[in-house]
Amino acid sequence: MGKLFEIRWHGRGGQGAKTASILFADAAIGEGKYIQAFPEYGPERMGAPVQAFNRLSDEPITLHCGVDSPDVVVVLDPSLMETIDVTQGLKQSGVLLINTNQEPKVMKDRLSNFGGKLWTVDASTISKEELGQEIPNTPMLGALIKATNLLDFEGMLEDTRKKLTKKFKSKPEVIDGNINSIKRAYQEVKGE
Amino acid sequence: MRVAKTGNEAMAEAMRQINPDVVAAYPITPATEIVQIFSGFVADGVVNTEFVAVESEHSAMSACIGSCAAGARTMTSTSSQGLALMWEMLYIASGLRMPIVLAEVNRALSSPINIHCDHSDTMGARDCGWIQIYCENAQEAYDSLIQAVRIAEESLLPIMVSTDGFIISHGMESMEMLEDAQVKAFVGEYKPQHPLLDLDHPITIGAIDFTDYYFEHKRQTIEAMRNAKGIVAKIGQEFGEKFGRHYGFFEEYKLEDAEIAIVVLGSTAGTSKVVVDELRQKGIKAGLLRLRLFRPFPYQELANALSGIPCIAVMDRSDSLNSAGGPVFTEIRSALYDLEIRPKMVNYIYGLGGRNIDLSQIRSVYEDLATNKTDELVRYLGVRE
Amino acid sequence: MSKEAWQDLPIGGLILEGGTATKYITGDWRSLRPIWDEEKCISCLNCWIYCPDSSVLVEDEKMIGIDYDHCKGCGICAKECPPKVQAIKMVSEAEFRK
Ligand code: SF4
Ligand code: SF4
Repeated sequence: MGKLFEIRWHGRGGQGAKTASILFADAAIGEGKYIQAFPEYGPERMGAPVQAFNRLSDEPITLHCGVDSPDVVVVLDPSLMETIDVTQGLKQSGVLLINTNQEPKVMKDRLSNFGGKLWTVDASTISKEELGQEIPNTPMLGALIKATNLLDFEGMLEDTRKKLTKKFKSKPEVIDGNINSIKRAYQEVKGE
Repeated sequence: MRVAKTGNEAMAEAMRQINPDVVAAYPITPATEIVQIFSGFVADGVVNTEFVAVESEHSAMSACIGSCAAGARTMTSTSSQGLALMWEMLYIASGLRMPIVLAEVNRALSSPINIHCDHSDTMGARDCGWIQIYCENAQEAYDSLIQAVRIAEESLLPIMVSTDGFIISHGMESMEMLEDAQVKAFVGEYKPQHPLLDLDHPITIGAIDFTDYYFEHKRQTIEAMRNAKGIVAKIGQEFGEKFGRHYGFFEEYKLEDAEIAIVVLGSTAGTSKVVVDELRQKGIKAGLLRLRLFRPFPYQELANALSGIPCIAVMDRSDSLNSAGGPVFTEIRSALYDLEIRPKMVNYIYGLGGRNIDLSQIRSVYEDLATNKTDELVRYLGVRE
Repeated sequence: MSKEAWQDLPIGGLILEGGTATKYITGDWRSLRPIWDEEKCISCLNCWIYCPDSSVLVEDEKMIGIDYDHCKGCGICAKECPPKVQAIKMVSEAEFRK
């Protein structure tokens, strides 16, 4: 990788965009990368559009400004696309990953000016089936790795399992549910 | 051990490893987490600290002064309005020569109300007799807080170590943590000089000083602040030798042969380094000085480091509202007054209330310097006009 | 009296011993002097309780006199002495300087 890699997450307050960026950073640090994870701050309002960011590099990162032209954009809630331009600043060669039950082709047609690669995955359904709740951010991690090859999937899975085991000792169903949802999203994500 | 931590987590971890005797604090955004995480350590019994939950920051600093006077290693944390509410107690802490360590998170002062980063809070407290260290990132905040304990106790002055609110306090990044035992050995055991709880040697603290003594006692504090410089240098060096990360009064980045340079504090320095690298690749001799120690102010060393650079921009993340520029600018300009050849100097006020400071804004500053656009003494970067 | 230079003073305005108030002679601030009549006194110690300058001297639960080095002559002791006893009278200092 070497060069700096930037990700922007779009979600709604309460959907876990910030948590997703932290989970991703945590997994990346396990692979010896230098990372940053930070949300866009403001008053915390349930349901309001929010953003979170990641930076990733093989070298130390000194940048401390906002992310203007990300390499990847991840959309946790497709309804956001009706009100905001999620491709804003996204590099022309960039990757756009959307949580939706639509095919990539359908989404691509709606974003005529985006020239990069588009991926879709139904993370909401996956999380509902595997976790019993709609928490799309965890499965999106699996899909993101498939779409970008930024991290080693098996290594990331192992790392996540370790962290979840520490946190949810008495709830093995939560650990398995999360791991399964990440695996499924990794397998089910589709690129056009 | 490389870990991913936010600035607040890094400071809370440092506090855990320092394991102070007393922490008295009141929560305020964006510093709340520091004490919140630390109070978790207290509840879990991983530290031996007496945690004093108080009803305001004024009380927090008062309790810190009391506990420090009693002979306890004492820490606290605050931000913005919280620091402002501590005001009168800040002076009392330094006047009584209490080595209190404060983990500060920089946030704009009201009004208008705002929770985001600028340096108006600590800059406002610059003359209250506290040592001040401004950090670029979570790593430095962690390292500096550990050093701060020793610096305060050797200089017998209180110290505040600050990070940029949200940008560093809530941004997670890679950093290296030391082992608990390494920190324990580095900070050592606190041996207070005249603890109130030493009942065999009763003392009086806070006696009134009229016209006949006040000046002498202030003169002592002035001298202590002068001496603190050497202590900061010595402990920074010792830390570097032990752990490989060296800290001085400031960091010079490609400054040696620079023809244009900026002086900047905190997280913006990191962003600016990227611009310096860009310009260097184009053959432009750009440099940067990141000031870390603002109190005591290392004016001679700054003059040495900046001498010979024809054009310097000083970046201030607060304004003195004196109609003559920000606090860093006026002091750096004064530091360079005795140079035989004085540089052209300009001031940029930026990032007030958390306004994003991006690469293009910093590029524009170097561009101004390179093209001699330096007639205006003070310019405002990133404000709509 | 010549006072210490800043280099020679304890830091932080500390006073490194206890009970130093006894060294501060405030008796010469007095314009009225309490005169105690040992004969009348019943050692109820009202004056000892109320004296704001700890200038009423007591030994073995008996009043034994007044510390004129520190008594500021406020007259509280005379006021608080029980009306039927009136063992303390305030007298102008001028009387003693004649
Ligand atoms: S006159 Fe006042 S100061 Fe003097 S002994 Fe009486 S009460 Fe105390
Ligand atoms: S108040 Fe009057 S009677 Fe009582 S101890 Fe004092 S002098 Fe004696």
